[in-house]
Amino acid sequence: MAHDFIKDTCERVKDHASRKAPLAIRGGGTKAFLGALPAGEPLEVAGYAGIVAYEPRELVLVVRAGTRLAEVEAALAAEGQALAFEPPRFGEAATIGGTVACNLSGPRRPYAGAARDFVLGARIVNGRGEDLSFGGRVIKNVAGYDVSRLMAGAYGTLGVVTELSFKVLPRPPAEATLAFEMDEPAMIAAVNQWAGQPLPLSATAWESGVLRVRLSGAASAVAAARAKLGGAEVADGPAYWEALREHRLPFFDPARPLWRLSVAQTAAPIAAGHPQLVEWGAGLRWVSGDLGAARARELAAAARGHATLFRGGDRAAGVFHPLDPAIAKIHRRLKEAFDPAGVLNPGRMDNF
Amino acid sequence: MNATSPPAATPERQAQVASALAARLPAHAVLTAKEDLRPYECDGLSAYRQTPLVAALPGTVAEAAEVLRVARETGTPVVARGSGTGLSGGALPLADGILLSLGKFNRILAIDPLARTLRAQPGVRNAQITEAAAPLGLYYAPDPSSQIACSIGGNVAENSGGVHCLKYGLTVHNVQKVRALTIEGDDVGIGSDALDAPGYDLLALAHGSEGLLALVTEVTVKLLPKPQTAQVVMTSFMDVEAAGEAVAAVIGAGIVPAGLEMMDKLATAAAEDFVHAGYDLEAEAILLCESDGTPEEVAEEIAKITAVMREAGCTAFAVSASEAERLRFWSGRKAAFPAVGRISPDYYCIDGSIPRGALSKVLRRIAELSAHYGLRCANVFHAGDGNLHPLILYDANVPGEFEKTEEFAGDILDLSIEVGGTITGEHGVGVEKIRQMCTQFRPAELAQFHAVKAAFDPQGLLNPGKAVPTLNRCADYGAMRVHRGQLPHPDLPRF
Repeated sequence: MAHDFIKDTCERVKDHASRKAPLAIRGGGTKAFLGALPAGEPLEVAGYAGIVAYEPRELVLVVRAGTRLAEVEAALAAEGQALAFEPPRFGEAATIGGTVACNLSGPRRPYAGAARDFVLGARIVNGRGEDLSFGGRVIKNVAGYDVSRLMAGAYGTLGVVTELSFKVLPRPPAEATLAFEMDEPAMIAAVNQWAGQPLPLSATAWESGVLRVRLSGAASAVAAARAKLGGAEVADGPAYWEALREHRLPFFDPARPLWRLSVAQTAAPIAAGHPQLVEWGAGLRWVSGDLGAARARELAAAARGHATLFRGGDRAAGVFHPLDPAIAKIHRRLKEAFDPAGVLNPGRMDNF
Repeated sequence: MNATSPPAATPERQAQVASALAARLPAHAVLTAKEDLRPYECDGLSAYRQTPLVAALPGTVAEAAEVLRVARETGTPVVARGSGTGLSGGALPLADGILLSLGKFNRILAIDPLARTLRAQPGVRNAQITEAAAPLGLYYAPDPSSQIACSIGGNVAENSGGVHCLKYGLTVHNVQKVRALTIEGDDVGIGSDALDAPGYDLLALAHGSEGLLALVTEVTVKLLPKPQTAQVVMTSFMDVEAAGEAVAAVIGAGIVPAGLEMMDKLATAAAEDFVHAGYDLEAEAILLCESDGTPEEVAEEIAKITAVMREAGCTAFAVSASEAERLRFWSGRKAAFPAVGRISPDYYCIDGSIPRGALSKVLRRIAELSAHYGLRCANVFHAGDGNLHPLILYDANVPGEFEKTEEFAGDILDLSIEVGGTITGEHGVGVEKIRQMCTQFRPAELAQFHAVKAAFDPQGLLNPGKAVPTLNRCADYGAMRVHRGQLPHPDLPRF
């Protein structure tokens, strides 16, 4: 059955490639809102699910891409471990493959790394319908180009991800959430200064004049940092971070377009004229409102970053930040290198 | 794949390429005399030597771009070189190619204390970065053992590791962006000043690409706050299985040590003889396990590590009581390669990565192979992340011994693949392990690698012939190699 899925997927992709007929890769369908509009005949991949190998003492997990994120995290939690990039789900059907394809990371990202940082290996079906494996199950591996990490954030446009291996980490034994009344410039200075000190930071979020900071680590380290930083202890910390991760806070008004401005952490406050929530040590500025693509990109570029229309708004106008022409040229050729017939999720990354 | 071979390395050809370079670079930046080319004939893998057609020493990005332009216009391959400390021959020159030295790119361009970033030219030494960051209470985490000499550009090309990778990651996890020249003449930024960049993760591709995709001209690294304190636990074990089990138990206890290293008896003896660190010479294996962080954190973690090691049956045990003692415990491990160099005329370092659980099996097979080939082998092991460095001791002056050593090394790499690992954890493929790439990857995967290269370098001029073998070359190697653990004749004894 498992073997058949890969074989069938290869055949299906080959067939579509021969006819230049696009395929829209679909896992749990929870990220359909993300990226440019999917086009093509659906290629369902959620059925290829299950943990292939998990040896907690190796800190390595091998999993089929259709496995639900919830299932993966439950298996890790049973051993006191976790995906350190704290991925959002945006729905219970979310799969591990979709998470990597969109390179989605949660509040812990600036302090632990992004989804791409934890990918050790990937098995893919490329646009020629070939079943290929890259990377592996070991933490250090420099044999060949890092194609597995390249799959993270490629939105399925370079390959159908069928299996993934990850480095996993122990869950921190202790956590605490502190709150500070602070305006935005003071917050930006504080979170950057703190990140330069040996403090067990694991998340920051600022909205409406309140900065929340999460500390994670050894109980003694968390206690010492709490004493050093001051602030008010937040009772419902875990619930807050989960609501932030899943975009369930009131800030994330589904009726309004949501812009994601990923910028230099030290960039000055951005005058977007709409409500903002700032996380990732001030490196991620969510803007809730009809900012408009041109304005969003201009603001992000001025802050040495890039803008993505994350949810809602006019997706036909392009959701990602336009690429430098020389970089775009490499992108076109990479797309061609993996998917010469252009059948894998074409256009999901605007031009790729 | 669609690259055509450059013209042969004749004196006329050399004059042609050299004059094209001389027209665009300062006079002293183009070398053609045999004695001037000699210093570039090898990198850290000195068993392979080749003088280049021409060496170019650009001093600016504009000059480096001119070198690439000459390469493009004359169809001449280019091999970039940083400090030349690489261990896989990645910077081995080509007889018909330009050797592009980045030796003059040795300046730190900017440090941003608030953003915790440092922008450096590619020839800046790894240790120089941490030295520059130290007054700010910051440091650069990846610390390959060659850190006093190796360059940051080379670290990107090889995706270098070190002893702290399990906790702090590899080079790819600690670089925010690079500036690079493509062979087509574009000056591109890869990565960004933000935590991510739009589009495909070209930064991941650049890391470990061994100079085959682009020429890196600037590297912006992330700096981390220097841990307030660090302590190391040194333990002895009477057999390597028990030591391997202790490593697994440490990880199993939810500890991610800052460093976790193993040395076998031969490596320990060589190191002790060299640095007098006070190692236990009776032990079959010693483990060094480091904890870093706040004083509270370290105290808590050291207590946990102590308990796990005792439970695992260590026969001797010491915790560093001072920074001087910590450095002394580490000194032998950090100097393990030169130490082994003192007990043998030559040694050959291998870089396989294996699942930690396979350690005992692999070490047993290495011991068998050692007996079979009649060559001693000392093992040092980044035990925390599964990266094994067997050092085969040989004498290059004994006819046939290097060939035997290479065969032994090839067997160890095949073994690494067989147990689910990889042929190179951190040293790169270069020219050294190109043959084993045919074992680790199938033809379609190698073809995909070539297609990736062509996306950056359609003419195939950047470091051709390294890192990824052609399919023809693999066919030539024959069918007698292990493939994914499947021998053609699994019932036959192999040695």
